[in-house]
Formats: sequence, C-alpha cells, structure tokens
Amino acid sequence: MDIQKALSDLQAQMQELRDGTQNKLSMVVFSGDLDRLLASFVIANGAVAMGMEVVMFFTFWATPALRDKKKKGKGKDFFGKMFGFMLPKGPSKVTLSKMNMGGMGTGMMKYLMKKKNIQSLDEMIALAGELGVKMYVCEMSMDLMGLKHEEMIDYPDLQFVGVAKFLEEAGSSKIQLFI
Amino acid sequence: MADDIKVDVTMDLKGLKCPLPVVKVSQQVKKMQVGQVLVAETTDPGAHADFPAWAKTSGNEIINIVKEGDASKFFIKKLK
Repeated sequence: MDIQKALSDLQAQMQELRDGTQNKLSMVVFSGDLDRLLASFVIANGAVAMGMEVVMFFTFWATPALRDKKKKGKGKDFFGKMFGFMLPKGPSKVTLSKMNMGGMGTGMMKYLMKKKNIQSLDEMIALAGELGVKMYVCEMSMDLMGLKHEEMIDYPDLQFVGVAKFLEEAGSSKIQLFI
Repeated sequence: MADDIKVDVTMDLKGLKCPLPVVKVSQQVKKMQVGQVLVAETTDPGAHADFPAWAKTSGNEIINIVKEGDASKFFIKKLK
C-alpha cells in the first residue's frame, strides 16, 4: 500500500469536509406557537452575534405567523379563505402552546414580557432582518393553506423556496435545528 | 486594576434581556479597531455565561469584570 497516496487522499477528504461545513445555523421553524417562535428568534439573533450566518425555513404552522395583518391575499378559493380566516394573522396573533386559556394566558405572557423588557416577537423579527437573518418560506405550505405572497410581512431577505433549497443550506451548516 | 485600562467605548446595556446584550456588543465590536477596549454594562445575569462564550467563539478577550450591585461591567478587548 502506498502510504504517501493514502495520506494525500486523506488530506483531500479532510479539506473537503472543512470546506463543506460553514459557520452557519439552519433552522426549520415548523411551529406556529408564540413560545416556540420566540425561542427560534432568540436563537437566530444570538447566533448572528456569535458570528454565524443564519437561515430560517418556515413551514407548516409557522407559515401563517409571517403574514402581515394589514395585507390581503387576492384571488383565494373557498378553502384558502377558510384557512385565512382560521389561521393566526401574523406575529402579533400567535398564541402560547400551553396555558393559552382562550387568549388570557398569552395576554398575560405578553404583559410580563413587556414589563420585564423582553423583546416582542415583532421586535425580534425586525432585529433579525437588520442582522441579515435569511428567511425561507415553504412554497408548498403557502399553496396548501392558500396563502399568497403579497400577504406576507415586509422582510429584507425573504424568499419562497422548496425543500431542496433548505437541505442545501442545512447540509453545509454546523448546526441544524427543528422547532 | 480597572482604573489602569484605557477604555475606548462604553455601552449601557442595563435592562436589556437575552439575546440583546451579546447582539449589541457584537455589533459594536465590529465597528472597532483591533486592540480597542469596550466596556459593556449589563444587568442580565445570563451575561456572566454569555459574554465569555461569545468572546471565546468570536476570538475576543474579556480582560476584566467589575460587579457593582445588580450591574456588571465587562471589559472586552477586540483581538481580531
């Protein structure tokens, strides 16, 4: 066996591994619960501070949480209208996964957050935008729930993508999370 | 000892909660020159774990920590 060749092969493989992984965090945001969304954005904004590039992929219940309450989607069919009516309209309308108690629990949590000077979800999203956090929104979830591109929030770096785009980013990331 | 250190920038981060202290500090440090010192004053108890973790990851150094009641001053030297 040629030791020299084996060594150079190994070196090449190491280099490939090193090049393949970037200082990046990829997150699937699946949940549309206020608590999980808060956690997602605290981690995302913290990761930028730690010098990482951050990509968030919004799918399923997290998708309607990115709607803008002042905007309207045009040309929806019956199911689209139903979904549009039943799903929370944006970051200020999402509720806690536990202790919501018909909105009372969520209201109390928001009151406490304000009192304790913790950023609201809206503020965290705005900060993420300033910090350059990339948002990918699952096109299939949009289609399934009848959501329209024009009714989503104004965000500096928001794209509508499929799963392959997320997997490409996740594959070259140091950390991958599913929330 | 704290008196001997030449401070270039001071930040008042009192009252801010996680992750804002590290976010603000990392943004400020980006604007500074290598070798300059930033003093960040915070009341976030988590900062005692977070600032060293941030410094280690970002390759900067915490050269001193001064506790004053609920607040702590972190002296951060930009190394790169």
